[in-house]
Amino acid sequence: MIEAVGPIKRKFAPWDDPTLKPFIRFENVTKRFGDFTAVDNLTLDIYEREFFALLGPSGCGKTTLMRMLAGFEQPTEGRILLDGKDLSGIPPYKRPVNMMFQSYALFPHMTVEGNIAFGLKQEGMDTSNISTRVAEMLELVKLEKFAKRKPHQLSGGQRQRVALARSLAKRPKVLLLDEPLGALDKKLREETQFELMDIQMELGMTFLIVTHDQEEAMTVSDRIAVMNHGVIAQIGTASEIYEQPASRYVADFVGDINLIDGTVTAVDDGNVTLHCAGVDATIVAEAGPGEVTVGAEAGFAIRPEKVQISLEAPPVGTPNVLSGEVWDIGYLGDISVYRVRLAGGSIVKATVANLTRIVERPITWEDKVYLTWPADAGVILLK
Amino acid sequence: MAERWTQDVKPFLAKWALVAVPYLWSLLFFLAPFLIIFKISLSQTAIAMPPYVPVIGGLGDFLAKLSDFTFDNYVFLTEDPLYYSAYLSSLRIALVSTILLLIVGYPIAYGMARAPKSLRNALVMAVILPFWTSFLIRVYAWIGILKPEGLITIALQSLGILGPDEQIHVYNTEIAVFIGIVYSYLPFMVLPLYAALEKLDATLLEAAADLGCPPTKSFWVITFPLSLPGVIAGCFLCFIPIVGEFVIPDLLGGSETLMIGKTLWAEFFNNRDWPVSSAVAVVLLIILVVPIVIFQNQQKKA
Amino acid sequence: MNKSTSWFNITSLVFGFAFLYVPILILVVYSFNASKLVTVWGGFSTQWYVELVHDQAIIDAAWVTIRVGIISASFATVLGTMAALVLDRYRKFHGRALFSGMVYAPLVMPEVITGLSLLLLFVAIGFDRGFWAVVIAHTTLTMCFVAVVVQSRLVTLDRSLEEAALDLGCPPVKTFFLITLPLILPGVVAGWMLAFTLSLDDLVIASFNTGPGATTLPIKIYSMVRLGVTPEINAISTILISVIAVGVIAASVLSHRSQVEKEKAERAVFLAG
Repeated sequence: MIEAVGPIKRKFAPWDDPTLKPFIRFENVTKRFGDFTAVDNLTLDIYEREFFALLGPSGCGKTTLMRMLAGFEQPTEGRILLDGKDLSGIPPYKRPVNMMFQSYALFPHMTVEGNIAFGLKQEGMDTSNISTRVAEMLELVKLEKFAKRKPHQLSGGQRQRVALARSLAKRPKVLLLDEPLGALDKKLREETQFELMDIQMELGMTFLIVTHDQEEAMTVSDRIAVMNHGVIAQIGTASEIYEQPASRYVADFVGDINLIDGTVTAVDDGNVTLHCAGVDATIVAEAGPGEVTVGAEAGFAIRPEKVQISLEAPPVGTPNVLSGEVWDIGYLGDISVYRVRLAGGSIVKATVANLTRIVERPITWEDKVYLTWPADAGVILLK
Repeated sequence: MAERWTQDVKPFLAKWALVAVPYLWSLLFFLAPFLIIFKISLSQTAIAMPPYVPVIGGLGDFLAKLSDFTFDNYVFLTEDPLYYSAYLSSLRIALVSTILLLIVGYPIAYGMARAPKSLRNALVMAVILPFWTSFLIRVYAWIGILKPEGLITIALQSLGILGPDEQIHVYNTEIAVFIGIVYSYLPFMVLPLYAALEKLDATLLEAAADLGCPPTKSFWVITFPLSLPGVIAGCFLCFIPIVGEFVIPDLLGGSETLMIGKTLWAEFFNNRDWPVSSAVAVVLLIILVVPIVIFQNQQKKA
Repeated sequence: MNKSTSWFNITSLVFGFAFLYVPILILVVYSFNASKLVTVWGGFSTQWYVELVHDQAIIDAAWVTIRVGIISASFATVLGTMAALVLDRYRKFHGRALFSGMVYAPLVMPEVITGLSLLLLFVAIGFDRGFWAVVIAHTTLTMCFVAVVVQSRLVTLDRSLEEAALDLGCPPVKTFFLITLPLILPGVVAGWMLAFTLSLDDLVIASFNTGPGATTLPIKIYSMVRLGVTPEINAISTILISVIAVGVIAASVLSHRSQVEKEKAERAVFLAG
C-alpha cells in the first residue's frame, strides 16, 4: 500500500495556456507499413509534466506512434519534436526518452540491480553514482530486498516494478509506458495505477501511456487521445471524453452508451429535436459537435446511468419519455443493469445503483416501464 | 561529421558486414562450386586434370581452357545403361527406404509424444544420441551383425532355426542397404514426426471421442492429418540425401547394389574421370532440385 | 487413453530404441573381445585398445580430425550465427531468397555433390587440397546446421529485450554482445557441438578434399573397414562413441538442471504470491 504522500493534485491544464509551448509535438506524422497506414497525418501536442494517454483498440496506431517517439520506427512523413528539437535521424539509443515495455523486457541474465543500472552504465556514469541511483530507484518501487534476484525469481507485480525503475533510472525527459499494467490482475492493476500517478507527481516527469483499457486511461491521465485507424478521434480530459464524446466512435468506445437513431426535425438555439421513427418517439437534446441541420440523420446518445427507470408513467407533457418492457436484468453487485425493449424492438440500457441490500427489486422481468432523463443528460451526434 | 559517422554510417556498415560475410562465404564455397561443376561437366575428358596434380595456372587460364564445351559427357551418360539404371535404382531405393522409415518411425514418434511429459525430453535425447555418434561407425556396426558368419547367423544357429552349416545371406544385398538406411536415418524421420505429434492438442482426441469417434478411427481422421507437416518434413529430410547416399550402399550393398553416389565415387576416385563424374553430379542435382525446392518452401512455412 | 493403445506405445518404444541401440552395444561389447574374429567371443580383453594407442597412423588421423573439427566448428559457428541473424532480422533485401536457399540447401544436399563441387573449386582457384581445404569444406557444410539451431533460438527471443537495451542508450553492436549473444548462447553452443560432431563424422566430403598428411579418422576407419571387420575398429568406435555420448549427455544434463532450477524458482515465487 502506498501512503498518501507528495503534493496534492491541483488543477493542471497547460493545454489551456496559450503562452506555453508543447513539450512533445507530432507534426503531420504519417507512418505506412507497405499498403497499411498505421498513423495518418496526425498532429498532437503534449505538454511538460503531463500524464498523457493514447487510448484505442489494437491496430489503431497508438503503439506505432509511441514507437516513433522512442525511435524504433521512423515516420514516413512529418516530424516529431521534443522540447523544440527535431528527433528525426536520432537513433533510439540517443533519445532522452525511455520506455517501459509491455512484456517488461527485463534482461533475464542480469539481476534486478543489473537491469536498473544498465542504462546508467551506457551513459558512462561512475560506479558510486550508479549504486546511489540504483538504491534510490529500488526504494521508489519498494524492491530494496530484491536487488540481487534474477527476473525469473520475481512475481509479475515485482517484475513490473523493476521495469518501471529501470526506465526511470536515467531520469528521461519522457517516460513511455506501453500497456504497462496489462499483465497484472485487476486488483493489483488498480493499486498500481495510483502508484504510477504518485511517482509521476513526485518525479515531475512527462508520462505517455498507451493502453486499450479506458478505465486505466481515465484513472491515470491528465488528458486522453482516443485513436481510431491512425487518426485521433478526440483529445480531452477524462470527463470531457466521457461526457461530451465528439463522435459515435468515441461515445461507443469509452464506456457504455445507448444510441437511438432518428431524423432532425428542428434546430433551435443549440437544442435539437429528433424524431425517432424506429421507437416512435421525439427527443429534444443538446447538439454535439458539428453542424446539425433539419433533415439530417442523427443519433441520440445517452449513458445508461443517466437513464431513470420507473414503473409509473410520468405526468403527461413531460418531454423525452420512452416506454418499453423489461427484457433482462443483470445484477453486478454495486449496480443493476436493466435492458428495456422499446416498441420498435430496440434495446435501451439503464443502470441503477443498488443503494440498499434488499435483493428483491420492485422492477422485474416483463414489467412495463418508463425511461426518462434530465434535459442535458444526452447529446445529439451526427452519423 | 563525426555525428554522421556514428549515426548513419556505422550502423549501416555493421548491417552490411553482417549480411556480406556469410553471404560471400556461401557464394564462394557453395554456389560457385556448382557453377564450376556444371562447367566441367561440359568439358572434354582430354583436358581433365588428374587428381592431386592441378595443371591449371590461374582462374582465367582455367576458364579459358574450358571455353570449348561439349555435351559428350551427357551423351555418354545416356549411352551407358549403367548410369541410367543407377539413377533409377537410387530413386527406387530412396523411395522404398523412405516408406520403410515412415512405417518404422511413426509408431516410435507416436509413442514418444504420448509418453508422460517428464519422460519426453529424455526420449528425444535418446533418439538424438545415436545421431551424434559417427555415421560410419553405425553402418560399420551392421557389418558384424549381417555378415554370413555374423551375429544373426550365430543367433539363428544357436536357436536351431538354421542348421550348423547354413548362413543368412543378407550382407552385400539390397536388404542390408535398406536396414542400414532405416537405421541411420531413423532420427531424421522420428524427430519431425514427434515435433508435429507433440504439438497436437490432446483435447482434440477427447472431443472426437466425446462426439462418438472410436480411437482407431480418430487416429486416421484427426491425428494423422494433423501430423502431415511432420510426415512431409521427415520424408524430404530422408529422401533427398538417401538418393545420393554413398557410405551405406558401399559398405553394406556390395557389388550388386547400384546407387548413383557409389557410381560417382567410382567415376571420380577409380576412373579419375572428372568431367563424367561432374556430369553425373549435375544430373543428380537436376533430379533433386524439385524435392529440394519443395522442402525449402515447406521449411519457410514452418 | 485406453490400455491397448498404451501397450502399443510401449511396445513400439521398446522395439524402436532396441533397434537404435543394440547394434551400438554389440559394437562396444566386441571391442573387448580377446579373439581376433569379431563374431566369436574369446573372453574379455583390452588388447585392442593397447594396440590402438601404439598405432601412430590412427593417432595422427585422430589429431587431424580434432583440429579440423575445432577450427571448422568455430568458423561455422561465427558464420552460421551471422546467417541466422540475417535471416531472422532482415526480412527484405536484394538476394535474400538466394541467401536463404544457400543456407538451407546443404542440409539435404547429397554429400558426394558438395564434396566434388568444392574440390573442383579448390582446383580452379589453385588452392591446395589438404587440411585447410577440409576445414573450409566442413565450415561450409556445418554452418547451415548452426544457422538452423541458432535461428530456432532467435525466434523465441523477445525482440523487446534488444529494443529495451537500445532505449536505455546501448548502441546496436554493443547490444548484440551484452543482450542478444548471452541469451542465444545455449543455441550457439549447441550449434558448435553439432558442427564439431558433423565434422568428426564426415567421410565423403573429407575424402574429396583431403591431401597428403590430412587423413582424417573417418577416412582412416573407412580404409580399415574396406579391408575387413577388426576389433581395433570396434575399439576406436567405442572411444568415439563414449566421448561424444559423455559430452552430449553432460551438456543436456547441465541445461536441464538450469531449466529445473529456473522452474523451481518460478514455482516458489508463484506460491509465495
